[in-house]
Amino acid sequence: MNNVFVYCQIEGRKIADVSLELLTKGRKLADQLNVKLEAIVCGSNLKGIEKEILAYGCDVLHVFDDKRLAPYTSMPHAAVLVNLFKEEKPQICLMGATVIGRDLGPRVSASLTSGLTADCTSLEIGEYDDNKNNIHYDNLLYQIRPAFGGNIVATIVNPKNRPQMATVRAGVMKKEILDVNYKGKVILHKVSDYVSETDYLVNVIERHVEEARHNLPGAPIVIAGGYGMGCKCNFNLLYDLAHELHAEVGASRAACDAGFCNDDLQIGQTGVTVRPKLYIACGISGQIQHIAGMQDSGIIISINNDKDAPINSIADYVINANVEDVIPKMIKYYKQNSK
Amino acid sequence: MTKFNIVVLAKQVPDTKNLGPNAMTAEGTVNRAALPAIFNPEDLNALEQALRIKDKFPGTKVVLLTMGLPKASAVLREGLYRGADDGYLLTDRVLGGADTLATSYALAQAIKKLGKVDIILGGRQAIDGDTAQVGPQIATKLGLPQITYAEKILDLDAKHIKVKRLIDGGVETVESPLPIVVTVNGSAASCRPRNAKLLMKNKRTEFHVWSAADVDANVEQCGFTGSPTKVKAVQNIVFKAKESKTFSDSDEDIDVLMKELLDNHTIG
Repeated sequence: MNNVFVYCQIEGRKIADVSLELLTKGRKLADQLNVKLEAIVCGSNLKGIEKEILAYGCDVLHVFDDKRLAPYTSMPHAAVLVNLFKEEKPQICLMGATVIGRDLGPRVSASLTSGLTADCTSLEIGEYDDNKNNIHYDNLLYQIRPAFGGNIVATIVNPKNRPQMATVRAGVMKKEILDVNYKGKVILHKVSDYVSETDYLVNVIERHVEEARHNLPGAPIVIAGGYGMGCKCNFNLLYDLAHELHAEVGASRAACDAGFCNDDLQIGQTGVTVRPKLYIACGISGQIQHIAGMQDSGIIISINNDKDAPINSIADYVINANVEDVIPKMIKYYKQNSK
Repeated sequence: MTKFNIVVLAKQVPDTKNLGPNAMTAEGTVNRAALPAIFNPEDLNALEQALRIKDKFPGTKVVLLTMGLPKASAVLREGLYRGADDGYLLTDRVLGGADTLATSYALAQAIKKLGKVDIILGGRQAIDGDTAQVGPQIATKLGLPQITYAEKILDLDAKHIKVKRLIDGGVETVESPLPIVVTVNGSAASCRPRNAKLLMKNKRTEFHVWSAADVDANVEQCGFTGSPTKVKAVQNIVFKAKESKTFSDSDEDIDVLMKELLDNHTIG
């Protein structure tokens, strides 16, 4: 009762990174609230899946293994969560702000009449005063998310209804194994106790999944190009530097729109969120929507010939020059001096 | 002849994506008054899907439903100009301050009031909230299946619908019985423009205006009262300048920078 739950999404044959990030965060929230961390995994052929999950500090893992639970469809997975939550009464439920999480979350919240906050970028525990009804609440989940096209950041709470549900974007939280030998309980549930025949309405006829072409969310170093790169060919410079530094290449929306690179490289409010230890912004002016997707980077370098580019105000290092002149020099120095 | 009753959910939203020069105040906060109100873009993609069904199955009725202030009826009129048959505005003081759950409750009540509906279409999400919750929550409240992130309706008959949808890192084709809720992604076909004849015809067309009581909504489940989520705080994004080092493109400068990054193990 009253525990923190994480819905673990299956991607291919393993647990999605975002779910592991949420287990890491969920462990911390559970410690703060002095409760247990529980996880749910629904799919087919899940034998041994606990090895991927328990190490993140999961105390109880609920396994729902049935061939009709894979691939994901809305109603059966929603039925599992709704009926399990009626028994377990969690105080918090987290899931990834992926296509699956954003399809599943609202279904579960509407069934349980619990509040759901979409696409959170930060979660904290705190207090809340309902001044209208004069009620004080302790230990609520602060669900923090950008809104209004990234121009504001709102902190949302669910004072009364449970569970407090939130979807969280991939890559905004750290994934960290707590203890490879962590001892958690695994419960194999009988799926037909939770999902009725009438929930299997939608059939997946055909599926085509491509392996991710990049690993931007998890990259320790990101080199991003903007409209200031000038042309598609100059993006090759970024790839050259990325090759040397073992980095990933990203882009601003303006660069994607201009056709300099694939749309899936877009970093920002409507693209990927990254938090690398080093972010090198090349010819990026730094619109608010772009900054929303990279502002938590450790060190930010801005290479821009416009000394008034907004991104310079959040950069640790500003190189006031043309990208084409700077990058070859960086590559040259790195080649000579790295071990 | 097969024909369908279709409801298209439409929302009037502030245009957050096209921020003009006056969109931000000097303090770095949003100047809401400077943002024009528009037809939520993905709701237009949904309307196009409905109109394509109507093209293929004559006699199909496309009804627009919106909830908002009286001025939100602008999206209904826009929809009629593009080919919808009728429009319903759900507007009431008690509906104000609604989160997604209270919104979906009121809209679900309105859809029940419309009678037999085969397909409910809406945009995947609205650009002012970006939550993508209202479609699935309406489906749940009506006890219907859902297909989110739809890109194309591949096949439709009196009983079934086949849809191509986006999934994480790919696409899939799904089939479902009707009735159903489908939310349409922005990558779907864009909406056809206004039709001159329809524009002339519908300039003064009256809409149906419903209150919460008209759709038998329980006030306790509506608006701010019926919303489990509350906004605790809103912070406007203002960027603070931090200490930064500036370099030129001289060999010496780049060497100093790279040495520093290597020394503190940022790279290498």
